[in-house]
Amino acid sequence: MGRKLLLDKAHIEGIRYYDVYRKNGGYAAAEKVLKGMSPEQVVEEVKKSGLRGRGGAGFPTGLKWSFLAKPEGVPRYLVCNADESEPGTFKDRYLMEFIPHLLIEGLLISSFALGSNRTYIYIRGEYAWIPDILEQAIAEAKQNGWLGKNIQGTGFDLEIYVQRGAGAYICGEETALIESLEGKRGNPRIKPPFPAVKGLWQSPTVVNNVETLAAVVPIINIGGEEYATYGIGKSTGTKLISACGNINKPGVYEIEMNISVEEFLYSDEYCGGIANGKRLKACIPGGSSVPILPANLLLKTAKGEARMMTYESLNDGGFASGSMMGSGGFIVLDEDQCVVRHTLTLARFYHHESCGQCSPCREGTGWMKRVLLNIENGKGKMSDIDLLWDIQRKIEGNTICPLGDAAAWPVAAAIRHFRDEFEWHVLNPEECVKRNYGLAHYADPLPAPATAV
Amino acid sequence: MFSEEKLNKVKEIIARYPEGKQKSALIPLLHLAQEEFGGWLSPETMDYVASLLQITPIEVYEVATFYSMFNLKPVGKYLFEVCQTGPCMLNGSDNMIEYIKNKLGIGVGETTADGLFTLKTVECLGACGYAPMMQLGKHYREHLTPQKVDEIIEECRAKAN
Repeated sequence: MGRKLLLDKAHIEGIRYYDVYRKNGGYAAAEKVLKGMSPEQVVEEVKKSGLRGRGGAGFPTGLKWSFLAKPEGVPRYLVCNADESEPGTFKDRYLMEFIPHLLIEGLLISSFALGSNRTYIYIRGEYAWIPDILEQAIAEAKQNGWLGKNIQGTGFDLEIYVQRGAGAYICGEETALIESLEGKRGNPRIKPPFPAVKGLWQSPTVVNNVETLAAVVPIINIGGEEYATYGIGKSTGTKLISACGNINKPGVYEIEMNISVEEFLYSDEYCGGIANGKRLKACIPGGSSVPILPANLLLKTAKGEARMMTYESLNDGGFASGSMMGSGGFIVLDEDQCVVRHTLTLARFYHHESCGQCSPCREGTGWMKRVLLNIENGKGKMSDIDLLWDIQRKIEGNTICPLGDAAAWPVAAAIRHFRDEFEWHVLNPEECVKRNYGLAHYADPLPAPATAV
Repeated sequence: MFSEEKLNKVKEIIARYPEGKQKSALIPLLHLAQEEFGGWLSPETMDYVASLLQITPIEVYEVATFYSMFNLKPVGKYLFEVCQTGPCMLNGSDNMIEYIKNKLGIGVGETTADGLFTLKTVECLGACGYAPMMQLGKHYREHLTPQKVDEIIEECRAKAN
């Protein structure tokens, strides 16, 4: 069994409630911080831990915290990003539902470190039943003296509020989230200024993912240095992976970042292999926006080394032959799945979710969707494949926020690795609406493309 | 108009933000209004919310039109929001949508003649491991099968009677 730091107690009955959480070592980290640490020491521990943002970008959390501006007399805010909307990702939901006090404790410690007296949890609107769970945890924490005025006699005040979104993927982008929290449309802001200088209500703000803030608790409990002994290299600690698609055991798993993709996919401790005795065709290892990989490149890098569940190994080979850890949304496609159809659903998703501010994204995502729909329905032309490539190239890097890139990458990777499947659709317009292309050669040992397009 | 109880809730929500930042309460208030006034936001409802927050109606319209959870047209008593994005598609959401269409005799975006059911397709709701799925009111209905859909429809009909 791999070592766990976040979900090690999630199975305990009643852990959702304060008394059980407290009895099982809960709020020990908060106690340690409030009784004997300065905010700077907390930031230092987080830096030492090597914790990286768990929402998708993987930016070092301690470094992000150190950017927070601290002008005299201006309030600072911590905002917890619980907008979890990246297709394939459902880990934060699990954490908030089953062990909400871990998040509240993480928020308390992080708010203390950053000097936020008013902290918001921005949760996607569709998770409509979770605010009740969080608000109950907040009330319990308050009754027990962990929130409110002069917490544990330290002079530190904190209130935590839950804010529901209302159905917009883009609000997972931190500046769009801030706009939404201010009661506006979720249009991402042009940066700079960054939220660390001008964020919520123009005040310095840190926005962190749920899992990131929860991870602060074990970091304080065991110390940053000890935390950094988990995992490999710069992929320190544990990561929540939400596994879905055609596997035997979909669900949320906490892994130490030192296991191979093969172990994660096939061992009974995790995904338990491909469902219905089928073979693996492809996988998107880190949420819908990261590149899809064919089976052979998923399990081994282009150099022939075992691919590991770490930020670095998943990215080995760059986009030519690698992918990304992203948000940890692990989407598995079996041999009977159609890559064109799957890519179409993602293109439709990004088109639906584009805020419309930047024309490359607003127009490009809809254009890609229409071209993909034609190909999928046997109405595509060979030139459409190049057209798709051209559109995605012109979206990438040309938008205010990363949604444009997130929309471009899945299309690019699908063409890069599965071009023959797109061509088959064009060449077999009648057959392609009746059956799928199948596994082809993707499971065979396949050399990485020498000149990746 | 909100009841006394809901108006207290409005006050409580506005108190979550620093003074003068009451516009932040807009999305929570629109949720509250939609629940309270028949599952959708009429122009009159939006104007009312604007007056509660002392902001202009256009500030409400531009927000209400941006977020997919706000219904700007009346919907059935029970709104089936079925996810169709990649992970759900891999687990048969297309068939599930077809099944619901046939069962209820309506297309996507339509409401049954008795006003009970509206079918909507939505993009990823974060239940990918429990696909196929739909949102029904406050909760998710996961691992959908034709049989489960039948049961849900019966359950709604029973509640409506």
